[in-house]
Amino acid sequence: MKMSDSREIAASPEVVWAAILNPEVLKECVPGCTEMSGTPEEGFEATVVQKVGPVKATFKGQVNVSDMNPPNSVTLSGEGKGGAAGFAKGGAVVNLAPSATGTTLTYEVEANVGGKLAQLGSRIIDGFAKRMADQFFTRLQEAIEGPADADAAEAADANSDGKKKGWFKRLVS
Amino acid sequence: MPKDQGIGASTKRREDVRFLTGTGNYTDDINLHGQLYVHFLRSDVAHGKINSVDTSAASAMDGVVRIFTGADFEGIGGLPCGWQVTDRHGEPMKEPAHPVLAQGKVRHVGDPIAAVVAESVQAARDAAEAIEVDIEELPAAVDMKEAVKDGAPLVHDDIGTNLCYDWGFVEENKAATDEAFANAAHVTTLELKNNRLVANPMEPRVAVGDYNRANDESTLYTTSQNPHVIRLLMGAFVLGIPEHKLRVVAPDVGGGFGTKIFHYAEEAFCTFAARQLARPVKWTSTRSEAFMSDAHGRDHVTKIELALDADNNFTALRTETYANMGAYLSTFAPSVPTWLHGTLMAGNYKTPLIYVNVKAVFTNTVPVDAYRGAGRPEATFQIERVIDKAARELNVDPIALRRQNFITEFPYATPVAVEYDTGDYNATMNTLEEIADLSGFAARRAESEKRGMLRGLGVNCYIEACGIAPSNLVGQLGARAGLYESATVRVNATGGITVMTGSHSHGQGHETAFPQVISEMIGIPEEMVEIKHGDTANTPMGMGTYGSRSLAVGGSAMVRAAEKVINKAKKIAAHLLEAAEADIELKDGTFSVAGTDKSVAWGDVTLAAYVPHNYPLEDIEPGLEETAFYDPSNFTYPSGAYCCEVEVDPDTGKVTIESFAAADDFGNIVNPMIVSGQVHGGIAQGIGQALLENCAYDENGQLLSASYMDYAMPRASDVPFYQVDHSNGTPCTHNPLGVKGCGEAGAIGTPPAVINAIVDALRSGGHDHVYHIDMPASPSRVWAAMQK
Repeated sequence: MKMSDSREIAASPEVVWAAILNPEVLKECVPGCTEMSGTPEEGFEATVVQKVGPVKATFKGQVNVSDMNPPNSVTLSGEGKGGAAGFAKGGAVVNLAPSATGTTLTYEVEANVGGKLAQLGSRIIDGFAKRMADQFFTRLQEAIEGPADADAAEAADANSDGKKKGWFKRLVS
Repeated sequence: MPKDQGIGASTKRREDVRFLTGTGNYTDDINLHGQLYVHFLRSDVAHGKINSVDTSAASAMDGVVRIFTGADFEGIGGLPCGWQVTDRHGEPMKEPAHPVLAQGKVRHVGDPIAAVVAESVQAARDAAEAIEVDIEELPAAVDMKEAVKDGAPLVHDDIGTNLCYDWGFVEENKAATDEAFANAAHVTTLELKNNRLVANPMEPRVAVGDYNRANDESTLYTTSQNPHVIRLLMGAFVLGIPEHKLRVVAPDVGGGFGTKIFHYAEEAFCTFAARQLARPVKWTSTRSEAFMSDAHGRDHVTKIELALDADNNFTALRTETYANMGAYLSTFAPSVPTWLHGTLMAGNYKTPLIYVNVKAVFTNTVPVDAYRGAGRPEATFQIERVIDKAARELNVDPIALRRQNFITEFPYATPVAVEYDTGDYNATMNTLEEIADLSGFAARRAESEKRGMLRGLGVNCYIEACGIAPSNLVGQLGARAGLYESATVRVNATGGITVMTGSHSHGQGHETAFPQVISEMIGIPEEMVEIKHGDTANTPMGMGTYGSRSLAVGGSAMVRAAEKVINKAKKIAAHLLEAAEADIELKDGTFSVAGTDKSVAWGDVTLAAYVPHNYPLEDIEPGLEETAFYDPSNFTYPSGAYCCEVEVDPDTGKVTIESFAAADDFGNIVNPMIVSGQVHGGIAQGIGQALLENCAYDENGQLLSASYMDYAMPRASDVPFYQVDHSNGTPCTHNPLGVKGCGEAGAIGTPPAVINAIVDALRSGGHDHVYHIDMPASPSRVWAAMQK
């Protein structure tokens, strides 16, 4: 399965670059991620709990970072093993380009699933993967920019138990 | 008035009482003292090199007794293949090793890597998740035509090719066939696929292995169609257990459809592990597991060409087929696309020259073997689809084109090595035209069109070779087994009879139909006859049930044994009546002396056999029990004509079966109700193949349709009420009952009728470019065909 899309992020390519290679940011942004550690140089170890159709599983896997060209492009590749649920593996090529509003992030993802995930979920896996990618980049955008609406951001700051929106940008700016 | 006893009576199935009241005894109902449970860790990649399997953490988990891997089966036999095909160059087929648990490589999703034996199913499953397997995934061979190209990934490195065999039949006819094509007035060419199917019997496979240390005997309880075959294959070729120390029991079995013929790794494993651990070991397949471990069916890709002369007579037929074997050779896999397929390519027609080429290909998919019809549905689909296309190209009536080319004189020796003994194809076609009300079709089409629907009519014929098979013939063709059948008729002292048949019933109704035959022969009530089957400990060596052979071969063995019993009983009766044996007649359960009123009842004779106070002991032994083995002299050739009417929604491509009619020639009929039921089930499976079912793999060899969410089994709402007729029986000439077999007919005859009807419907809607739609004809495929 292949998919591609792009996002406008209101931050410089350098800020976006730093964000997508930060394990803390990745943990916040990867849907269902419960653990994330490592470095871009040595790769990241991740644990993700997800439910694909009828298959719910804990995926443990390694994400490797290659072709690093800061702050322009990077390739992420990895494989997650979900035990009896099967496996998912794939890669993403992420490109960052300066734009009028900050950065245009484009990505091309190629993903494959195997085992029970393929047997039970093949019909829904494309939609599932698209949703995962959407959620990831939406969270990344929020982590970097904060929500579009300033009042909502304040409300979120006051009420949220988790990380505050725009926290990463504030961290590095 | 219809009979209520004996041959020809629609006796209700006595076995249904226990099946419908929950008192059947299936393999999963068997639980033995001290029983352990096994869970198989299966490959989730299609092809890969096993670098390591670390069971240390899993072995230490609660409830785990022992974990087995491929290393435990070093030096132990692999699963054998029961049929060797010789290719068109005289070379034997490629026959790769098939280990019980994977060794070195995994070759399909579902290939078992390790087996966890534990105190409970849950413990075994949990521990399987803790096994650390390092598999280096390799590119997979999935598409058959790609798999035989140079440089394709090799499923079996040691044999150096994915081509199992390249078979030509009849090779000597090839040049003449090609010449006939060169001289043909018209040639119709069709490329088609016969979709891969999963049999999905209601009961998944189960195996329970047991071992008795006291006498060194092993017992396997298994969901099998042929327990003696499993005993022989597993005992002799896999585990080295002599047959007198090995008992195989196949109790109530909830459907087989061919997929329970074969000897499977799980059976050998449970028997092996029970011996190793000296405790019973049980495996119950889940439905998900069944999809990736039961042998699949069909999966042919074919190009067929039909040559006709200027008068539309068929002059030659030529095919090239790629047949998927999967990753290993299942027990009878090589025979399906060859001897069960090539020999049927004459169909019902007097085509003088036929050449069939079959390339059997290994791929990284589940092994493929016989499934209801096995080779004959593939042959029928090709023949009947290409004739349909030829009729449309030549603008002639498809039924008239068939009738013109029908074989009408019997016996008829086909150019593909078989001799049809009897048949009357015009008679079944005449009946079909009547019961399907073909003359009313135009009005029905007009009515559908008023509602904006496209209506189509599809008609086709079929012939099959069943009642398999003459042992000396199949031996020449590569079978590594005989295909006789056996029966013991045991008459008890008070006159009741127990028949022990080597045949096996898993839905066919033997327990009802076989007593009808005995009842007819002796003239006693059916209730006095009981059928025992499925246990090697108390039935004579039998070859089991498949290929629509139970009544034609197993029933014939029972008739032969019953004849021996009757002959001996007549001797006893002659003694009791003080008459000459030649004058004794048996009718309605009474022996009488011809031309006199002297008689003795069946029960008095049977009692005398076991209480031989007044008995000719100097001439015959006491007792009344006889065994017979019957080896048929030919196949039987059921045939028929089928008609399907569909409506197609032109907006969505959705196909609805509006009516379905089947006119079959099954020879003599023992129980018309059971025969109708067999035809109904076969048609439902044929409709399933034609419209719904498809076993799909992605390009990496991942199985995509492994649940009922994605594998569409036919449901009650997908099938119509059927018109079924079997009044045109031309009795088989060479078995004592004159029967032909009816189990597979529906699955063979139905798919082309459905597709012919859909093509007819689309063409009626102006889609004149449509000559074919591949199965399953899903709404998306039908809709796409209309858009071109």
